[in-house]
Formats: sequence, structure tokens, C-alpha cells
Amino acid sequence: MRVRRRRRILRSMRKSLELTMFQDNTSAIRPDDILLVSTMRNESVRLPYFLEYYRNLGVGHFLFIDNDSTDGTLELLGGQTDISVWTTSGSYLKSSFGVDWVNRLCRKYAHGHWTLVVDPDELFVYPFCDTRPIPALTDWLDSSSIRSFSAMLIDVYPKGPLDAQPYVAGQDPLEIACWFDSGNYTIRPNPTYGNLWIQGGPRSRMFFAEKPWEAPALNKIPLVKWDRKFTYVSSTHMLLPRGLNHVYDEWGGEKASGALLHTKFLDTFGGKAREEMERGQHYADSAEYRAYARGSKESPDLWCPSSEKYINWRQLEILGLMSKGNWA
Amino acid sequence: MSIGIVMLVHNSLERAAQVARHWTASGCPVVLHVDKSVTRKDFRALRDRLRPDPLVRFSKRHRCEWGTWGIVAASQAASETMLASFPDVSHVFLASGSCLPLRPVAELVDYLAARPQTDFIESATTSDVPWIVGGLGEERFTLRFPFSWKRQRRLFDKWVDVQRRFKLERRIPPGLVPHMGSQWWCLSRETLSRILKSPERALHDRYFRRVWIPDESYYQTLARLYSRNIESRSLTLSKFDYQGKPHVFYDDHLQLLRRSDCFVARKIWPGAERLYRAFLTDDAGAMKKAEPNPAKIDRIFAKAVDRRTRGRPGLYMQSRMPRNGRENGITAHPYSVFQGFSELFVDFESWLANASGARVHGHLFAPKRVEFAGGESIIDGALTDNAATRDHAPERFLTNLIWNTRGERQCFQFSPRDNQEVNWIMARDPNAQISVVTGAWAVPLFRSKKNFSTLRSEAARLQRVESEQLSILRSNHANAQIRIWSMAEFVESPMEPLQTVLDEIAQKKSRWIGEAPRLVDLGGFGQFLQKLKNEGMHPYLMGDFPVEQEPQEMPPVKQRPYLVR
Repeated sequence: MRVRRRRRILRSMRKSLELTMFQDNTSAIRPDDILLVSTMRNESVRLPYFLEYYRNLGVGHFLFIDNDSTDGTLELLGGQTDISVWTTSGSYLKSSFGVDWVNRLCRKYAHGHWTLVVDPDELFVYPFCDTRPIPALTDWLDSSSIRSFSAMLIDVYPKGPLDAQPYVAGQDPLEIACWFDSGNYTIRPNPTYGNLWIQGGPRSRMFFAEKPWEAPALNKIPLVKWDRKFTYVSSTHMLLPRGLNHVYDEWGGEKASGALLHTKFLDTFGGKAREEMERGQHYADSAEYRAYARGSKESPDLWCPSSEKYINWRQLEILGLMSKGNWA
Repeated sequence: MSIGIVMLVHNSLERAAQVARHWTASGCPVVLHVDKSVTRKDFRALRDRLRPDPLVRFSKRHRCEWGTWGIVAASQAASETMLASFPDVSHVFLASGSCLPLRPVAELVDYLAARPQTDFIESATTSDVPWIVGGLGEERFTLRFPFSWKRQRRLFDKWVDVQRRFKLERRIPPGLVPHMGSQWWCLSRETLSRILKSPERALHDRYFRRVWIPDESYYQTLARLYSRNIESRSLTLSKFDYQGKPHVFYDDHLQLLRRSDCFVARKIWPGAERLYRAFLTDDAGAMKKAEPNPAKIDRIFAKAVDRRTRGRPGLYMQSRMPRNGRENGITAHPYSVFQGFSELFVDFESWLANASGARVHGHLFAPKRVEFAGGESIIDGALTDNAATRDHAPERFLTNLIWNTRGERQCFQFSPRDNQEVNWIMARDPNAQISVVTGAWAVPLFRSKKNFSTLRSEAARLQRVESEQLSILRSNHANAQIRIWSMAEFVESPMEPLQTVLDEIAQKKSRWIGEAPRLVDLGGFGQFLQKLKNEGMHPYLMGDFPVEQEPQEMPPVKQRPYLVR
């Protein structure tokens, strides 16, 4: 495992050659800032709300990797003093789906910081997030000697065809995609890395019903008190050293955990799926996107009568998708 | 006459300054002890901010590491400064930088003025303290602790082991009876000066210097020696979780804190702007008290600890994945499994739904699809009827179903034709009520018109599957409510066992079966079994069926003579 970890780190160093500094505000990072690291491509429509959401939660500095956007993402990010941007035209696929780049930035800038690694379509939700900012959570984690915090991916989707309600920049995506699956997730331990492997949700239900084992993984550990020795292994699903993956209790209790609301399924989805399929840069040869394309000629409807309408984190807590643990 | 506040500060200095000014504004002098690990620059900034205030003093700085003598030394130094500089202080209140007064200062002053001789300090003998975390109770006083628990944990533990092993014990100085309690106290001037000016002080200090967590025992023990009137409770609201670290209060606790009847709360998150704003106003009306309800705080924190240590039964999720045997409730709610009944009775499922009022599914683990009640294709929690999805993780399918429908009793059919991977989890689960009529799987074979050699091999397979299942149900790891009848036994008087099972489902309601379910026509079943035997396949699970058998008649419904209630 140590060898694997070292190899990951070396690989990220090598891949860092592909990154070009576009906007450097890293000198503005204060010692106790929460950092947010994200890789993106053509997400300018989502970014205004994304930035607003995370600034409100108390993120101190954003580190963005822009993978060849053509929609004005760079112009949008330019000039904002709490954002540093790197650009790359390297292959998303060959950089382990962006993980190498993320590892590189974390190693260089995030040592000693609580660091949140999320995609532009993921909204981080945690216990008491409506009244307590992320620094309250990380202070509590620090005092409990916890180094990593899990937040499972929950796909949210609109009712009706995806393209029925257009999303405009700055809008809360949850106004449109406010439905989710509440109780069809499967969980199994992964003995190699010590993490849990979670599958299920609407994507598994709609696109992988006959091949559920191929459905995308939903376990994520996006919030980590970073150390330069740490490294993500596969997206933010798991880390090395393995102790960081042990975010669950095995003796009957519940550790605190959150959720990432995955707002991928908006009207922008169709275009993205088409583009990504042509690029073939996604997980398992874009099988995921191909399955979507198969499942739906144009615009799928993920909604079903048992879908649950999203209200707030307390609802997710009651449904058992996340937990307060002993944070009260 | 006033009270003096001794404030131990180690971080978030701005908040500490804010609270200090709140105290002095009401005429209470404050002595601050700033931890030596605070940088000189930050310390100076704090001092310069508070210096104009004539009621503020700073005491000699010590390094305060958790669990060590430094904290006591700090409070001693600050208390001495307090007693020397402010002669009209009648009580000294020990607080930290993250303490927040919940009631107007004047109320506290009045309260203490009415009790001039009383010392408020939680103080109990070690054997009576239930909240010791980490296993060191009495030993805190009899072992030596030269190593830091936070930085040199391994040495700390080793050294404790060595001392235990070789019975290296310290002698407790004569006259001292170790007491422990919350480190936040409020002592009268008299008691405090007797402790600090005691002729034995050098001896006491030398002893407590090597006691583990002396800030929870130094004053607590000595107060027993010097105080005339101890009220053993702390005026500071401070809750600890199961690891012994204090619970923190945030903005959303505002209403809760308003309803506490304590004077001071600890500890407050420095970013809790709303709390500081609400409680640090001069306007007494703004701190208006709601009806006190301190038990509510206890309940909330007790619940949090319970959530962390025991969790919610039957829940499997990203941060709760209990090992085998440590589930604390394998499923969330009781449910019933019926095996062989739908084979023996006509329309058993709709009959059962009527008789029990529960939600009755078909064969949830059938090979082709999940037979949800009413033929639904998707039910609570967006569980689908897709068999491949279910078979990807059958145990999770079951626990998910029970979790999603908790509050409503689920019943479902099971048979050797179904996916058998859930046998163990159901057998181990005390929430499962499993009723099996063995051998009933042969009835559909008998009634089907398929060619006999296919039937024969199918019968052999089903019998093997069921006998494996039975050995699981009969294992001594099985905790479910399990009832097993052979088919012959059951068919003889089917109503009695059915009634027992139903009574259990309906619990106290004790429904009376109005209408009996109708048995399928078993005419010729005995011959069918004999034919299987003749082919060399011995069906034994159904019990003894005579070859020549009268067509079964359902016995008329009788009163329940067996029911003793």
C-alpha cells in the first residue's frame, strides 16, 4: 500500500507538468482556511451558484483546474481574489479522471488545511449545514481527532424529462432537480482499501438495472484534513493511507457523515452526455454515458412515484442517508 | 461586594476579550490567564485592548496542556492575583475563554450574595463518579504520570502498565481524600484563600503535580478539607460526550441555552456570532429567560451519544456498517416470512392481508422478479422489482425494504425456489417471524402437468435446498421466531398454527379469524409422492402422507380452546 501511495504521488508530480498556472491567488490562503479543489470542463453556467453556495458555507479559497473549457469559464473566474486557477489540455482519462491533478494541488497547497474536493455539480450537505458553516464542522472534527469525513453521492433529478426545465446561471439547481431515491442503496466493504462501496440510486435503477454491479460508485470522502503524504486513489471514492477510508463504525454506532447532492441531471445533461461520449474520457470507457444514451433516446425521466422530494439535511438524516453521529 | 472572574484563555482571544468586557461592565473584576503557547504578538494585542479597563488584570503565564499541572498552576496564579488586587471580591468564579454567561451578571451577583459562605464545586469520591473516561479512576491518584497523554501516548500507556505490573504506588498525603468533579468552580474568598495560603500547600502541590488531570481533583479534594459549606455542583453548564470532550454550543442552540437555568455555559464555538450577540447585551430584557428546561439539553446530548455508540437498529449506511453480530438490531422492524402457505392455500396472500392488516408481498426473492404486494413495480425508497438488482445484494435488499417501511409490518412468501442468500440474515434476526411448512414446495409440482422426469429432478433440487435452509433455521445461531411444521402435520389441523402466528403479528389486537383460508385440493398427492419414491427420489420433508387419502376438507372454524389469555 505504501508503494501504491508513493506511486500515486509520483504520478501526480509527473502529471503536474500538464498544469499551467492561469491565476495565482494562493498567497491569499490563510493558515486556517477551508480549501475547495475542483476539476471542471465547460461548467460556466453552474459556477455562479456553486461559488455562492460554498462561499456561504465558509470556504476560504478555491483551487480550480480547468480542463480545456470553451465556454468562457476562465473569463468568469478571472479577477476573483479567492480563486486560483490552473489550466490543462491534458487528457482527463490519462490523468486518472483528474485525480492526479487534484493530488498535485493538494500536496502543494493543502498541507494542514481542511480540504473539500467536489465537482461543480456536487453540493455538499452535512449535519446542521443550515446553521453552522464548514469551519464549525472541521473544528469539531479536529477536536474529535477525525481526519476525514464522508459524504455519499445522492443523485437528484427533476420530475419529467430533463430538458423540460432550463437551468439558468445563478439559479439553485435544487429548484429544478429536487427529487431523489431514498432507500435503494447497496453497501459493501472493500477489503483492499478498507472503504465502503455504495451503489444504487436512480442511475442504477434506470440504466444499470440488469447489470447493477457496473453501476457508478456513490461512496465519497470529499472532506479531508490534508497532509502532503495523503493521496486520492480513485476520484474521491477512496484515499491512501487506508485509515482515512475508515469513515464508518463497525460496532453498531454511527459516525457523523454528510451527503453530496449530485445535480448532474439538468437540461444541460443531454449535451454533456453527447460530448463526453465523443471524447470517451470518462470512467470505464464512458460506459456510464453510453448507458444513459441507451436508456433514453433523448431525455430520460428519472422520476418515479416513490421518489422523495428534497427538503433539507434533517430529512436525509431521518431517512438514514447521513448521520449526525455524536455532533449535537 | 462583587464576584471575581478568573478566566483561562488559550485561543480565540477576541471572544475572550468580549466576554471579559461583559463581566467588567457589570462591575466584576476579571483576571485573565493566557496560555504560554499563545504567541507574544497575540498576547500583546489582547493586553492592549483590555488595558484601559481598570477591572482587568493579567496573571503570570503558564503552559496549559490538557491533563497536566499547568492548568492548576494557571488558576492558582490568577486566583492569587485576584485576591490580592480586588479585596472586595467575595466569590471567585473560574471560567474559560469559551465560557458564556447565560443570565444577566447581576443575577449571579445576587445569587452569590445570598449564599456568602457557599462553595459551588462539584466534588465526589472516585468510586462514586460514573463519568470517568479512559479507565483511570482511583489510579489517577496512586500512579505517576510524567508523560504527556496527548503527545506521548504510547509512553504514557506503557508507564501506566509498568506501574500496575510492579505495583508502584504513591502514597496519598495524609488527610487528603481524593475527590473529583467538574473543573469549573465558584469558591468563596475564604475557602480559596485557605487553600492557597495553607501551610501544607507545598506538599499538596508537589503531590498533585504528578496526579493525572489535576484540574479535576486539586480544588475538588482540597475544598473538602477547607470549606465549611460545599454545594457539590457546578454553576457552569458543561456537557461531555462519550470520549470525555466537551460538547460545543452553536447558534442553533440559542433557544436551548435560554431555557437552561445555569449561569454560564461552556463551551461556545468562537464563530457562534448569534449566541454572543444574544447573551452579551447590556439590556437585561434581551436576555429574557424562557421557562427553564435544563433536562432538554441533557436529552439532546444523551441522544447524540446514543446515536454514536448504538446507532439506529436496522440501518446500514455510509457511516454505519456493523460487523456480523454487532448490528444492535439486524433489521428495523418486525416482519413475517411464510414458507409453504401460498402453496397450500388458495389465495393465501389476500387472505393474510385481510386477516392481519399487514402488508403482504408475494415471493420477494422469486427468481424472475420481486413480487411486491399488489404487483407494484416500485415501492418505498424506490426499490424496484428487478431481480438482477435485488440479487446484486439480497441482504441489503431485505434490510432496505424493512428500513424503508418501518412502522408497517411486512409479510412475504418464501420458498426453496427463491434466492436463498438471505437465509442466514433472517435466521439470525430476532425481528423475523419465520413459519415454514416443510415439503409444501411439492404441491405446485404435483399440480403441474409437466413431464415427470423434469418434476423428479426439480423435486430433488428443492428438497436439497429446503433441507439446507432447515439446518440454518435449526442452528443455534438462529434468533428468529421460527416455527416449522411438516406438511402432513400441518394439513391435519392448519387453523391452530395459523392462529398462533396471526396473534403474534396482530400483537395485542388479537384478531379472530373470521373466515378460514381454503386448502388446495390435495387429492392424489399421496400417490404423487409414492411415484417419486418409486423413481428413487425419496421426499421426506413433508412427513408421512398415506398413499390413499381422502380429499382434504377444511375443518370448521371453532372457538379457540387453546387460547389462554
